[in-house]
Amino acid sequence: MTVNDIKEILQAEIICRDDLMDRAVNSACGSDMMSDVLAFVKEQAVLLTGLVNPQVVRTAEMMDMHCIVFVRGKRPTLDMIEMAEDRDMVMLCTELEMFTSCGRLYEKGLRGGSGK
Amino acid sequence: MSESIKLHYVVPGDDFTRAGAASGDVKRTLKQLGISPNAIRNVAIAMYEGEINMVIHAGGGEIDVEITEDKINMVLADQGPGIADVSLAMKEGYSTAPDNIRSLGFGAGMGLPNMKKYSDSFEIETELGVGTTLKLSVNIE
Repeated sequence: MTVNDIKEILQAEIICRDDLMDRAVNSACGSDMMSDVLAFVKEQAVLLTGLVNPQVVRTAEMMDMHCIVFVRGKRPTLDMIEMAEDRDMVMLCTELEMFTSCGRLYEKGLRGGSGK
Repeated sequence: MSESIKLHYVVPGDDFTRAGAASGDVKRTLKQLGISPNAIRNVAIAMYEGEINMVIHAGGGEIDVEITEDKINMVLADQGPGIADVSLAMKEGYSTAPDNIRSLGFGAGMGLPNMKKYSDSFEIETELGVGTTLKLSVNIE
Protein backbone atom coordinates (compact mmCIF):
# COMPACT_ATOMS: atom_id res chain seq x y z
CA MET A 1 0.00 0.00 0.00
CA THR A 2 1.19 3.56 -0.64
CA VAL A 3 0.47 6.81 1.19
CA ASN A 4 -1.72 7.72 -1.78
CA ASP A 5 -3.79 4.55 -1.28
CA ILE A 6 -4.36 5.62 2.32
CA LYS A 7 -5.54 9.01 1.15
CA GLU A 8 -8.01 7.35 -1.25
CA ILE A 9 -9.28 4.77 1.25
CA LEU A 10 -9.88 7.41 3.93
CA GLN A 11 -11.13 10.08 1.49
CA ALA A 12 -8.51 12.27 3.09
CA GLU A 13 -7.17 15.71 2.29
CA ILE A 14 -3.41 16.19 1.85
CA ILE A 15 -2.03 18.81 4.24
CA CYS A 16 1.65 18.64 3.34
CA ARG A 17 4.38 16.87 1.34
CA ASP A 18 2.24 15.74 -1.58
CA ASP A 19 5.55 14.90 -3.28
CA LEU A 20 5.91 11.82 -1.04
CA MET A 21 2.60 10.12 -1.81
CA ASP A 22 4.20 7.15 -3.59
CA ARG A 23 6.01 5.87 -0.51
CA ALA A 24 5.18 2.30 0.48
CA VAL A 25 3.65 1.72 3.92
CA ASN A 26 3.19 -1.72 5.42
CA SER A 27 1.86 -1.11 8.89
CA ALA A 28 0.04 1.45 11.02
CA CYS A 29 -0.82 2.45 14.55
CA GLY A 30 -3.92 4.27 15.77
CA SER A 31 -3.79 6.03 19.15
CA ASP A 32 -4.28 9.32 20.96
CA MET A 33 -1.72 8.28 23.60
CA MET A 34 1.77 8.92 22.30
CA SER A 35 3.37 6.84 25.07
CA ASP A 36 1.46 3.83 23.77
CA VAL A 37 2.67 4.52 20.25
CA LEU A 38 6.23 4.55 21.59
CA ALA A 39 5.69 1.41 23.65
CA PHE A 40 3.89 -1.14 21.60
CA VAL A 41 4.65 -0.76 17.98
CA LYS A 42 7.66 -1.38 15.80
CA GLU A 43 8.26 -0.69 12.16
CA GLN A 44 5.00 1.11 11.70
CA ALA A 45 4.88 3.71 8.99
CA VAL A 46 1.56 5.44 9.57
CA LEU A 47 0.17 7.09 12.69
CA LEU A 48 -3.56 7.70 12.94
CA THR A 49 -4.52 10.06 15.74
CA GLY A 50 -7.07 12.55 16.95
CA LEU A 51 -4.49 14.35 19.05
CA VAL A 52 -3.28 17.75 17.87
CA ASN A 53 -0.02 19.03 19.36
CA PRO A 54 3.64 19.12 18.26
CA GLN A 55 4.44 15.96 20.23
CA VAL A 56 2.48 13.99 17.64
CA VAL A 57 5.09 14.97 15.04
CA ARG A 58 7.96 14.31 17.46
CA THR A 59 6.60 10.85 18.28
CA ALA A 60 6.29 10.04 14.58
CA GLU A 61 9.84 11.33 14.09
CA MET A 62 11.28 9.07 16.79
CA MET A 63 9.49 6.08 15.23
CA ASP A 64 10.64 6.85 11.66
CA MET A 65 7.06 7.17 10.43
CA HIS A 66 6.24 8.44 6.94
CA CYS A 67 2.69 9.65 7.39
CA ILE A 68 0.37 11.11 10.04
CA VAL A 69 -3.40 10.88 9.53
CA PHE A 70 -5.60 13.16 11.64
CA VAL A 71 -8.99 11.54 12.14
CA ARG A 72 -12.48 12.88 12.96
CA GLY A 73 -11.86 16.19 11.23
CA LYS A 74 -8.93 17.30 13.42
CA ARG A 75 -6.45 19.65 11.76
CA PRO A 76 -2.77 20.21 12.60
CA THR A 77 -1.50 23.67 13.53
CA LEU A 78 0.84 25.65 11.30
CA ASP A 79 3.90 24.88 13.44
CA MET A 80 3.09 21.16 13.28
CA ILE A 81 2.83 21.32 9.50
CA GLU A 82 6.22 23.03 9.28
CA MET A 83 7.76 20.35 11.51
CA ALA A 84 6.30 17.58 9.32
CA GLU A 85 7.56 19.23 6.14
CA ASP A 86 11.08 19.41 7.57
CA ARG A 87 10.94 15.76 8.58
CA ASP A 88 9.70 14.42 5.22
CA MET A 89 6.31 13.37 6.58
CA VAL A 90 3.01 13.47 4.74
CA MET A 91 0.06 14.80 6.75
CA LEU A 92 -3.48 13.78 5.86
CA CYS A 93 -6.84 14.78 7.35
CA THR A 94 -9.98 12.68 7.22
CA GLU A 95 -13.48 13.33 8.52
CA LEU A 96 -13.79 9.62 9.38
CA GLU A 97 -13.61 8.50 13.01
CA MET A 98 -10.65 6.54 14.38
CA PHE A 99 -12.51 3.20 14.45
CA THR A 100 -13.77 3.56 10.90
CA SER A 101 -10.41 4.76 9.58
CA CYS A 102 -8.50 1.84 11.12
CA GLY A 103 -11.19 -0.61 9.99
CA ARG A 104 -11.07 0.53 6.39
CA LEU A 105 -7.28 0.32 6.25
CA TYR A 106 -7.26 -3.10 7.91
CA GLU A 107 -9.84 -4.32 5.43
CA LYS A 108 -7.54 -3.28 2.60
CA GLY A 109 -4.60 -5.23 4.07
CA LEU A 110 -2.78 -2.78 6.33
CA ARG A 111 -1.75 -4.30 9.68
CA GLY A 112 -0.54 -3.22 13.11
CA GLY A 113 3.20 -2.80 13.61
CA SER A 114 3.57 -5.86 15.81
CA GLY A 115 2.11 -8.00 13.02
CA LYS A 116 -0.80 -9.11 15.22
CA MET B 1 35.60 6.37 15.63
CA SER B 2 38.68 6.59 17.83
CA GLU B 3 37.46 9.30 20.21
CA SER B 4 34.02 9.58 21.71
CA ILE B 5 31.63 12.36 20.71
CA LYS B 6 29.96 14.29 23.52
CA LEU B 7 26.75 16.28 23.31
CA HIS B 8 25.09 18.37 26.00
CA TYR B 9 21.50 19.64 26.12
CA VAL B 10 19.49 21.80 28.48
CA VAL B 11 15.80 20.82 28.52
CA PRO B 12 13.62 23.81 29.42
CA GLY B 13 10.95 22.92 31.95
CA ASP B 14 8.30 25.39 30.96
CA ASP B 15 7.68 24.52 27.32
CA PHE B 16 6.00 21.22 26.56
CA THR B 17 5.92 21.96 22.83
CA ARG B 18 9.73 21.99 22.67
CA ALA B 19 10.22 18.71 24.55
CA GLY B 20 11.85 16.25 22.19
CA ALA B 21 14.03 18.79 20.39
CA ALA B 22 17.20 17.35 21.95
CA SER B 23 16.22 13.78 21.06
CA GLY B 24 15.54 14.84 17.49
CA ASP B 25 18.98 16.44 17.32
CA VAL B 26 20.71 13.32 18.68
CA LYS B 27 18.77 11.18 16.20
CA ARG B 28 20.00 13.31 13.29
CA THR B 29 23.60 13.22 14.58
CA LEU B 30 23.55 9.42 14.91
CA LYS B 31 22.14 9.12 11.41
CA GLN B 32 24.98 11.24 10.03
CA LEU B 33 27.46 8.96 11.82
CA GLY B 34 25.94 5.95 10.07
CA ILE B 35 24.81 4.19 13.26
CA SER B 36 22.37 1.30 12.67
CA PRO B 37 18.69 2.37 12.40
CA ASN B 38 17.70 0.03 15.22
CA ALA B 39 20.17 1.56 17.69
CA ILE B 40 19.16 5.05 16.57
CA ARG B 41 15.49 4.35 17.23
CA ASN B 42 16.23 2.87 20.64
CA VAL B 43 18.23 5.94 21.65
CA ALA B 44 15.65 8.34 20.21
CA ILE B 45 12.69 6.76 22.00
CA ALA B 46 14.44 6.32 25.36
CA MET B 47 15.78 9.87 25.34
CA TYR B 48 12.49 11.34 24.13
CA GLU B 49 10.57 9.71 26.97
CA GLY B 50 13.20 11.12 29.32
CA GLU B 51 12.78 14.62 27.95
CA ILE B 52 9.01 14.41 28.27
CA ASN B 53 9.39 13.18 31.87
CA MET B 54 11.70 16.08 32.71
CA VAL B 55 9.13 18.59 31.47
CA ILE B 56 6.12 16.88 33.09
CA HIS B 57 7.62 16.07 36.47
CA ALA B 58 10.84 17.94 37.13
CA GLY B 59 10.74 21.45 35.67
CA GLY B 60 13.35 20.54 33.05
CA GLY B 61 16.86 19.20 33.34
CA GLU B 62 20.07 18.43 31.48
CA ILE B 63 21.09 15.60 29.20
CA ASP B 64 24.58 14.42 28.34
CA VAL B 65 25.11 12.03 25.47
CA GLU B 66 28.35 10.23 24.73
CA ILE B 67 28.79 8.27 21.53
CA THR B 68 31.63 5.77 21.74
CA GLU B 69 32.75 3.05 19.37
CA ASP B 70 30.41 0.41 20.74
CA LYS B 71 27.64 2.23 22.61
CA ILE B 72 25.69 5.40 23.21
CA ASN B 73 25.58 6.56 26.81
CA MET B 74 22.95 8.99 28.08
CA VAL B 75 22.81 10.73 31.44
CA LEU B 76 19.55 12.57 32.15
CA ALA B 77 19.67 14.63 35.31
CA ASP B 78 17.02 16.82 36.90
CA GLN B 79 16.54 18.67 40.15
CA GLY B 80 12.88 17.79 40.44
CA PRO B 81 10.98 16.28 43.35
CA GLY B 82 12.54 12.80 43.02
CA ILE B 83 10.66 9.52 42.71
CA ALA B 84 9.02 8.29 45.93
CA ASP B 85 8.65 4.65 44.89
CA VAL B 86 10.89 3.56 42.03
CA SER B 87 9.47 0.05 41.69
CA LEU B 88 5.97 1.51 41.37
CA ALA B 89 7.18 4.09 38.84
CA MET B 90 8.70 1.27 36.79
CA LYS B 91 5.35 -0.50 36.58
CA GLU B 92 3.62 -0.15 33.21
CA GLY B 93 0.49 1.94 33.53
CA TYR B 94 1.39 3.62 36.83
CA SER B 95 1.52 7.40 36.49
CA THR B 96 1.49 10.46 38.71
CA ALA B 97 1.09 12.83 35.75
CA PRO B 98 -1.80 15.29 36.02
CA ASP B 99 -4.85 15.10 33.73
CA ASN B 100 -3.73 18.00 31.56
CA ILE B 101 -0.67 15.96 30.56
CA ARG B 102 -2.88 13.02 29.62
CA SER B 103 -4.83 15.29 27.31
CA LEU B 104 -1.52 16.02 25.55
CA GLY B 105 -0.96 12.32 24.82
CA PHE B 106 1.37 11.40 27.67
CA GLY B 107 1.05 10.27 31.27
CA ALA B 108 0.06 6.71 30.39
CA GLY B 109 2.58 5.33 32.86
CA MET B 110 4.87 4.08 30.10
CA GLY B 111 7.74 6.58 30.31
CA LEU B 112 10.21 4.79 32.56
CA PRO B 113 9.22 1.27 31.40
CA ASN B 114 9.74 2.40 27.80
CA MET B 115 13.14 3.86 28.65
CA LYS B 116 14.21 0.57 30.21
CA LYS B 117 12.75 -1.46 27.35
CA TYR B 118 14.69 0.40 24.68
CA SER B 119 18.05 0.55 26.48
CA ASP B 120 20.68 -2.13 27.11
CA SER B 121 21.52 -0.81 30.55
CA PHE B 122 19.38 1.36 32.79
CA GLU B 123 20.05 2.86 36.23
CA ILE B 124 18.03 5.27 38.37
CA GLU B 125 19.42 7.36 41.18
CA THR B 126 16.76 9.41 42.91
CA GLU B 127 16.34 11.32 46.13
CA LEU B 128 13.20 13.04 47.31
CA GLY B 129 13.51 16.81 47.15
CA VAL B 130 16.89 16.59 45.42
CA GLY B 131 16.28 15.14 41.97
CA THR B 132 16.66 12.17 39.69
CA THR B 133 19.49 10.98 37.49
CA LEU B 134 18.98 8.29 34.87
CA LYS B 135 21.92 6.53 33.26
CA LEU B 136 21.12 4.64 30.09
CA SER B 137 23.13 3.05 27.37
CA VAL B 138 22.31 1.52 24.04
CA ASN B 139 24.72 -0.86 22.34
CA ILE B 140 25.71 -0.25 18.74
CA GLU B 141 25.40 -3.55 16.89
